[in-house]
Amino acid sequence: MSGNVGIVIVSHSIDVAKGAADMVRQMVGEDVSVAFCGGNSEGGLGTDVTRILEAINSIWSPKGVAIMVDLGGAETNSEMAVEMLPPERRGSIVICNAPIVEGAVMAAAEAAGGGSLEHVRAAAEELSAG
Amino acid sequence: MIVLSTERIVASADELCALDRAIGDGDHGTNMKRGLKAVLAQAEDIAALPAGEALSMIGKTLVMTVGGAAGPLYGSFFLAAGAAIAGGRRLPEDLADVVAAGVAAVGARGRSTAGEKTMLDVLVPVLDALRAEAGRPDLIAHVKATARQSTERTAPMVATKGRAAYLGPRSAGHIDPGARSSCLMVEAVCDILEERL
Repeated sequence: MSGNVGIVIVSHSIDVAKGAADMVRQMVGEDVSVAFCGGNSEGGLGTDVTRILEAINSIWSPKGVAIMVDLGGAETNSEMAVEMLPPERRGSIVICNAPIVEGAVMAAAEAAGGGSLEHVRAAAEELSAG
Repeated sequence: MIVLSTERIVASADELCALDRAIGDGDHGTNMKRGLKAVLAQAEDIAALPAGEALSMIGKTLVMTVGGAAGPLYGSFFLAAGAAIAGGRRLPEDLADVVAAGVAAVGARGRSTAGEKTMLDVLVPVLDALRAEAGRPDLIAHVKATARQSTERTAPMVATKGRAAYLGPRSAGHIDPGARSSCLMVEAVCDILEERL
């Protein structure tokens, strides 16, 4: 746990999610909490609202949580998970529009430096700005 | 009604997967099957609830079990339809309003409108038929025909929302899998209503 913004990585593939989280830990270190999830409830490719909720709650930080997603369903299911959080948490969570691996590393680097949720999101989304 | 709709979709899972393989990632059938089997497992409990709560419970179950984007989309439909009934709408007289609440929720969740080669290309025409043709004696048959025709009409469309949008023009020529699963559900509900009325 840390007092910094937390990062959640949501991929259709648990291997991609875990790999991205491994890269964050190696490149950014332990000053940021990272949780990841991937796969549907039967272990196949997909995303699962329950697991996304668990991932968010496992690293909850008062400074907020930034979610990195891969394709369509990961984003839709993440939005659904955010709506199912208690109202006081909903305002402190963002889904970043960024490539999942690079976005996770950039967001984590910003978070590890103590950046605010908005700065963390901006760091990840800068990658999509072209 | 729950049992028949569910069985139809489960029986069509392979067809939905085949459609989804053409323009998506090939899992729509298995995802829907998983979600609807979860609904089926609770069918007795759901049927014992008042209509609004029953719809909400179906929605929650789909959100939690489908796994793909279809989970939140169909889930939002049923949750919003349930909320409309909890808010005072009645069945069958306010059916169009209840369906409208569901369709609006799907549009909001997917940030989509009709014409983008999605399930909305079936749900919106079905809603329009319910509203415009409400007095018609053959309303149910008409709604069914509308669902089928609007499903076919998604074939030439170029997708601009959802996974198929990545394919751009190559998405044309295939029926949208979400449109097809919506059509199956509408048809199943209509068949039951025809039997009972």
